[in-house]
Amino acid sequence: MTKLSRRNVLKGGAAFAAGSTLGAPMIWAQNIKDVTLRQFGTGVSNLNEVAQKVKEDLGFTLEMTALDSDSVTQRAATQPNSFDIADIEYWICKKVWPTGNLQAMDTSKIKNYDKIVGIFRDGKLTPESTIAQGTAPHSVGFTSGPDGTDFVDNESGWMTLIPTIYNADTLGIRPDLINRPISNWSELLNPEFKGKASILDISSIGIMDMAMVVESMGEYTYPDKGNMTREEIDLTMAIFTEAKRNGQFRAFWKSFDESVNLMASGEVVIQSMWSPAITAVKSRGIPCVYQPLEEGYRSWGGGIGLSAALTGLERDAAYEYINWYLDGWVGGFLMRQGYYSAVPETSKNFMSENEWGYWFEGKEATDTITSPFGDPLAQAGDVRDGGSFNDRMGAVACWNSVMDENQYMVRKWNEFIAA
Amino acid sequence: MHRLLGSRHVLGWLQVAPLALVLVVFLVLPIVMIVTVSFWRATEFSIIPAFVWENYEFLFGSSVTYRVFLNTSKYAVITWALTLVIGFTVAYFLAFHVRTLTWQVALFLVCTIPFWTSNIIRMISWIPFLGRNGIANSTLISWGVIDEPVEWLLFSDFAVILAFVHLYTLFMVVPIFNTMMRIDPSLIEAARDAGASGVQILWNVIIPLTKPGIMIGTIFVVTLVMGDFITVRFMSGSQSANVGRLISNDIALLAYPSAAATAVVLLLTVLIVIGILLRFVDIRKEL
Repeated sequence: MTKLSRRNVLKGGAAFAAGSTLGAPMIWAQNIKDVTLRQFGTGVSNLNEVAQKVKEDLGFTLEMTALDSDSVTQRAATQPNSFDIADIEYWICKKVWPTGNLQAMDTSKIKNYDKIVGIFRDGKLTPESTIAQGTAPHSVGFTSGPDGTDFVDNESGWMTLIPTIYNADTLGIRPDLINRPISNWSELLNPEFKGKASILDISSIGIMDMAMVVESMGEYTYPDKGNMTREEIDLTMAIFTEAKRNGQFRAFWKSFDESVNLMASGEVVIQSMWSPAITAVKSRGIPCVYQPLEEGYRSWGGGIGLSAALTGLERDAAYEYINWYLDGWVGGFLMRQGYYSAVPETSKNFMSENEWGYWFEGKEATDTITSPFGDPLAQAGDVRDGGSFNDRMGAVACWNSVMDENQYMVRKWNEFIAA
Repeated sequence: MHRLLGSRHVLGWLQVAPLALVLVVFLVLPIVMIVTVSFWRATEFSIIPAFVWENYEFLFGSSVTYRVFLNTSKYAVITWALTLVIGFTVAYFLAFHVRTLTWQVALFLVCTIPFWTSNIIRMISWIPFLGRNGIANSTLISWGVIDEPVEWLLFSDFAVILAFVHLYTLFMVVPIFNTMMRIDPSLIEAARDAGASGVQILWNVIIPLTKPGIMIGTIFVVTLVMGDFITVRFMSGSQSANVGRLISNDIALLAYPSAAATAVVLLLTVLIVIGILLRFVDIRKEL
């Protein structure tokens, strides 16, 4: 502990004053500067801008490590001491939570808990919505108590992950090379696009895209796409293996950059894609549409979990970080890239009216829309692909998930790649 | 103490100790570990020490394994044949056609230029070249050789083997060049004086004498290709599989025991191949 001197008291007071004006309770303002929290997760939200802003607003250091989904799962499940904060997806949580490597979070310490979107609480966007198939976030979002390793189906006051970022995914297309409207998932296997289609080579997500296609083709209707039986997995894989042997696919992609390059170079004209990849293709001046489809979206959501090893001052810092995360700045930053924030109304304060209208309300842009990094993404008069938040998140057909037959599915996936 | 150190046996043991220690820690222990883990069990997020054969049972029970091993061998054999022909030709040119040592060294260094950048960059730089709208296709179209872009240039077995040959030919050139340089020129002169033609000299004098170099190059190329996973992934656009990719997929999905079992089988396969190769040529005699 530093010695109590006039200077230190003044410094502490100043930090306290700064803290209270920001609305964050700055306990132990002096010590917190020495805190370093190690966060890891998928590249989506592990942004250096966030770490910089944390340093500015909260004073402590956030070290970020970005990994792919598989490595993230692996690390969260096997190396609990290698991180303080895990930024993971809900389906990963379903795998990792039972290991006890993460600790439950007390929702009474989360300032904006009441404003979190319904999807993450009771599963319903609006009271009338139906809950989509797959690992819906609310179903793995709560546990029974501080030491729970189970999931409960009500808002128990103990959260497994604090939701941070989510979106609705669909197929990306090159409208200039297709020249006709695309409105169904089944188009991915349309022979018209032979040798020009792609799907992602991440089994847990790829299988969901496959299921959307199979249903759209009218081949089979799954009772639950998010939890297939062995027969259903076999059937799905058989359809895609046949398509692969017929040369339907140009390539499979595993990383974000690969998907951008495939699309931008014209090797592929229709493929599974992620929202920022579309943005990246567009910012090169190449037309690319995140095509809304009749069958709906495949959605995903991520959240922040705390390592079970986190205690004391570090844990307090982590709670402050979470409260800050939901406070709007990050939300605005993410929403201006096309993602959604768990507490949209706080993000509104950090977005211009034009941005809010374009990204959230699905209105025509009144002026050029730029990404947080300054690239122009849309011009005045453009409308976001898929429309408003409620249109997009209200049309979710399934959530990314992990199945009971996951191991079987993975083996079949390997066979598909080797076929 | 002095007596103890003076003893021949103790001194000998001490002298091999550093190397033995390094080999035990960095070679023997990891392999023992891999073999051990290959008998463990895994659930989705945990690995349970056990002694079960299920990893091997699954491996040998799946038709994918055989297909993938076959595919891996196919890559290895084709790459080996191509690198051998190219590597031998280059080495022959360097050793027998280039007369001065200075030029030999200079041209040899030219061969190593590609190695100044990383493996992955050399491989990925093929992608824009071979793509549908890539340099190769647009050149061929502008020459009128083809009307439509050729699709099989990229994301195909052709692309994989092309990248392998590009990456690994030097591993053939170096050992072959090295053994060729040690061939006594008077042997070739003697053969010529005895009336042998160029082809006969090549076949009866040079090739037998460069066998150890060829064998060392072969071992390099075969082991590198058998163990590769990243080249196959990128150049085939993830559409083909080899054993390395099988292992890397397993690791990505936390199935370490299954990955270890595959690795053990791969290791044995490669060892058997090398064992067979070494029966043809006694490398040690030549080194």
